[in-house]
This record gives sequence, structure tokens and C-alpha cells, in this order.
Amino acid sequence: MSYDLTDDQRQIREAVLKHCAQFSDDYWLELDEKGEFPFDFHRSMAEAGWLGIAMPESVGGAGLGITEAAIMMQAVAESGGGMTAASSIHGPVFSLEPIVRFGTPEQQQRMIPPILRGEQKMCFAVTEPNVGLDTTRIRTRAQRVEGGYLVNGEKIWITNAHVADKIMLLARTTPLEACKRKTEGLSLFFTDLDRRHVETRLIPKMGRHAVGSNMVFITDLFIPEEDRIGAEGEGFRIILQGLNPERILLGAEAVGLGRVAIKKAAQYARERVVFDRPIGMNQGIQHPLAKCWAQLEAANLMVMKAASRFDQGLDCGVEANAGKYLAAEAGFEACHTAMLTLGGMGYAKEYHVERYLREVLIPRIAPVSPHMILNFIAEKVLELPKSY
Amino acid sequence: MKVLVAVKRVVDYNVKVRPKPDGSGVDLANVKMAINPFCEIAVEEAVRLKERGVADEVVVVSVGPTQAQEQLRTALALGADRGILVEAEADLEPLAVAKVLKAVCEREQPGLVILGKQSIDGDNNQTGQLLAALLGWGQGTFASEVVVEGDRVRVTREVDGGLQTVSLRLPAVVTTDLRLNEPRYASLPNIMKAKKKPIEVTRPAELGVDVARRTELLGVEPPPARKGGIKVADVAELVDKLRNEAKVIG
Repeated sequence: MSYDLTDDQRQIREAVLKHCAQFSDDYWLELDEKGEFPFDFHRSMAEAGWLGIAMPESVGGAGLGITEAAIMMQAVAESGGGMTAASSIHGPVFSLEPIVRFGTPEQQQRMIPPILRGEQKMCFAVTEPNVGLDTTRIRTRAQRVEGGYLVNGEKIWITNAHVADKIMLLARTTPLEACKRKTEGLSLFFTDLDRRHVETRLIPKMGRHAVGSNMVFITDLFIPEEDRIGAEGEGFRIILQGLNPERILLGAEAVGLGRVAIKKAAQYARERVVFDRPIGMNQGIQHPLAKCWAQLEAANLMVMKAASRFDQGLDCGVEANAGKYLAAEAGFEACHTAMLTLGGMGYAKEYHVERYLREVLIPRIAPVSPHMILNFIAEKVLELPKSY
Repeated sequence: MKVLVAVKRVVDYNVKVRPKPDGSGVDLANVKMAINPFCEIAVEEAVRLKERGVADEVVVVSVGPTQAQEQLRTALALGADRGILVEAEADLEPLAVAKVLKAVCEREQPGLVILGKQSIDGDNNQTGQLLAALLGWGQGTFASEVVVEGDRVRVTREVDGGLQTVSLRLPAVVTTDLRLNEPRYASLPNIMKAKKKPIEVTRPAELGVDVARRTELLGVEPPPARKGGIKVADVAELVDKLRNEAKVIG
């Protein structure tokens, strides 16, 4: 049992931190203010081959695991890029997995390399208004027509849909009433985001303004048969495979963001002199920051345990959920504590921690709320009755 | 042409170093280590020579502890072809390193050796010059431009107050200054490829080099803490203090 990064993993972490150091705190601040996608960052990460970290070599990836992907995404967030940087490349890093596992060799070669090279951007469209986390009840309908499907429906909280060329879409191919089980009858597609049939509307939101979240309205979008991933009706089972990696990455990112927040706070506390001494000399400043450090590192152990189990092919649902929960809570407390450490200056944008605080709410809420995680642990680990 | 590049494992330039409490050296426990920035520039220059078709092989060599393999891997990820680690105690003197490098050069027969002008830990700025002298080769130090022309290399040197250009017969030794190039960022595919590139491990004794120290480190201490300034009432008092206390004007 080893709790340390291997030499190779440390090299990845350091290389990513070094790469990301090209993009300064002011770069991220400016993009957040303008609400502009970090095109330069996305392009540079794609060109340096990072987007394919967890993709097989056969499609232009590096063939590494979710552990390495988590280490990379953590370093991306920790560099000061936060959730803005992470979310701008999150899709390619983990959500192409269904194509690797269930796509044909032709689909893999056609769909994956352009995304990894950064020539195309993608979005991942599952969630819908009204159904929340009750995914099997989604209403977007893909109806069989000659040569493919005709799709109508609405999606919400679709990151990057406004800049994406491709959409990975979950839609119902068999009506719920006609299915024996509610998890049946859903299908997964990866297709052109044809703006003649797909309208995207940015959702005004609290943070991460540079990476937009959208409402997506799909009207008579034709999807050819060859853009369906896996068998018809198997979509739910297919996307379930990606849920744990997503939680692991979000958890790793939350820890990264928490780390940069307390780093900034500690730096400020060392330098800021009030009453003739640095405020960092006060235990009232030290102890909350030290506690945040301990919580972040403990959460990270759970996240990495989940990643390691996933890469070994072991069950990791409980660990991935617990890790995401712990990391997001610790990340939130770290960003909040950083802001309190900086006091009034923390509220000013130029000190960056207020941006972190707005962004850390994302891994706290997404992709699954803390409430649902606690429900899951209560039910699966503690064997308590299902509460919902 | 084969290009040999020397790289050193040093404390990362972002780290604020602290002496050990007993003053016997710099505290390296849990300190982030990295490739010396000037050595990284040397690697980049060699890789660019290879990309331009001037060099056909780039060999990186490090003289240092086992962990210096990490820095060799970094250099391999930037594009070097193979590595040589001469495993030795961490703190060798420049003369010992130059002797080791000389032995490696005699074995490898490079057409050009590129080193950083100095390492950011010791700041000795000696190894390149010593190596050139030991080999009897020409040296172009503090390079801001390196152009290989046939059997010669033209090196633009950053000297006090301007630039000096020298032409050296190959083989030669070049040391890099800050403005020679901007090293690239290692790409993930190249990091993966670097894992498969060979690193040979040898020791000074196997190369027939005696690396025993000739100097003894007596102590390391931090610079004195900055003291607060003072306020002066008028220009006369300022001039008086500059003349009689600071003694910076006559």
C-alpha cells in the first residue's frame, strides 16, 4: 500500500503545473470577467497531447489511467486555472470513454482524434430540466427514421454547448411505457452539433463565466445510424460506466482548487502586516488554514483510492462518491477560509480567491449533489432503507 | 554530429531555500527539485540542432544522486535521445564534474558539448570552462546564439556591455545564457516516449575519475533579515547620513 505518487505520476503532475504556469492568474481573471472561452489554453493543452491522457494509444491517446487523468486535472485546477481551466478540457479527458468501450473501430478513429487534437470541441448532453438526477426519465426523444433518428427535446446545464462542434447525447429511443425496465430504451449518440437544429442559450450563473453552461433546444435533429454509440436501448448502461471517473476527476479538481486557495491565503497571511506583525502569526489565521490543508489532503487520499480502484477494474462507486463529497466540502471550506484570511481584499477580484469561491460551488453541486451521495452511502454501505 | 548536454538536479527556482539549523548546508528535505534552468536551455538548444538536421543524436548526462534520473527523464521528454547518469554523492565540486564529463566525452566523442553557464544552486560558473580546458577544446560561454557552420560553431556571447561573437573549431564546449532560447513544454506523448528511452547508469570510479573534494564547506547562513528604514527630517540630514553612516558618498 503506497500513498505516494510514482515517479511517472510526479513527472506528469510537474509537467502539467509547468505547462499551466504559462497561463497567469490575470489570464483567468480576465477571461472570467469577459466570459470568454479559454481558447489559447484549450489549444495548448490539446497540442501538447494532454487531452488524450486516458485514451488508448490507438486513437492518439497516452493510454494512461483515470489516476493519471485525476493527477493532471488536479494540477490544472491547482495552477490557478481552477474550474475554468478544468472544465474547458474536462469533456475530452473523460467523456469519450463510451466510444472507446462501446464504439466500433471506425467510430473510434472518426470521432476521437479530432477532439484530442483540439480541432473539434465537444459537449456532453444528458441532464434535462424537470428530471434532475432521475436520468431514466429524460424526455428527449430519438425517433427511428430512414437511415437514423430524428431527435427532439431539451437539455440543461450543458457545458460548452455554445462553442462545441460535437454533442454526445443521451435520448430515449423507446418510450418509457414500452420498456420493461426504466433503465432500458435510452441510446447514446455522438454527432455533429448542427446549429440549424440545435439552439443553445447560455445560463447566467454565479461563477466560471469563461466556460458557459447552456440550455439546449433540439428540434428535428437528424442523427445518422452510424453516430449511435453501442446498441440501441443500451445508452443508460453505457453512460453509467463514466459516472465514477467523472466523480473522481471533479473530486481531484476540487482538491486542486482548495490547494491554490490556501496557498494564496498563506502567502497573504505571511505578508500582510497589521498591528506591527504579519497576520499569519496569529493562530486565529493559522489554524483554519492548517485544518483546510489536512482536510484537503485526507479527501485527496479517498479520491486517489477511488481512481486506483477504477484503474484496477475494481468496484469504486462508494469511494468515488465519498471522495467527490469530501473533496468538494474540503475545497469549499478552503476557498471560504482563504477569503476570510484575506478579509476585505479577498472580496476584491484582483486577489483571485473570490473567483475560486464562486467556482468551488461547481464540484460541490455537480455532477451529483452531496445529498444524493450521502443517500447512496447510507443505502449501499450502511444498509439503510432507500429514502427517496 | 552527436551533441552531449550536461544537466544538473537543483532546487527548483521557485523554492525559497533555507540553511539547515546547524549551518552545515542547505536543507533539502522535502524540497522540490528540478532541472537547472540553464541546463534546460542547453537541452532545448541541442534538440533544436537535431530538428534542424545539424545534430543526429542528443545525449544527456547528469552527475549526481540516483534521483537525478528524474531530470534526465525530463530532458528525454524534451527530445534528447538517451541519458547517462554518473551516480555520485550529490555535492560534487565543479572540477570533479568537469573531469567526469571529460571522461564521458572521451567515450562518447561528441561534436559539441552544451552546458548551462552555471547552476542556480552553487552559482560557480566553472564547469563548462574547466571541461573545455581539460579537453583542450575551444569554448563559447554565455551563448545567446549558436550556429553550426561546417566544422565550426559561431557563438554569440553575452558579455558586459554588449555582444561578442566567436568562431570555434569543433568539437567545442558551449555554455548557455538566459536568452539563448525559451525551452518548450514537455508534451504528454513525448513524456511517454521518454519512458522507453535508455538511461545508462555508471559511477565516477568506473570512468576512472577521482571525485574527492578539495575544498571543505565551513558553513551556510541566510542573508541578514532586512531592517526597517528610517525617516529623515530634511535633505541635510539625508546627506549627512549617506556620508557619515552609510559612507556611500564622499
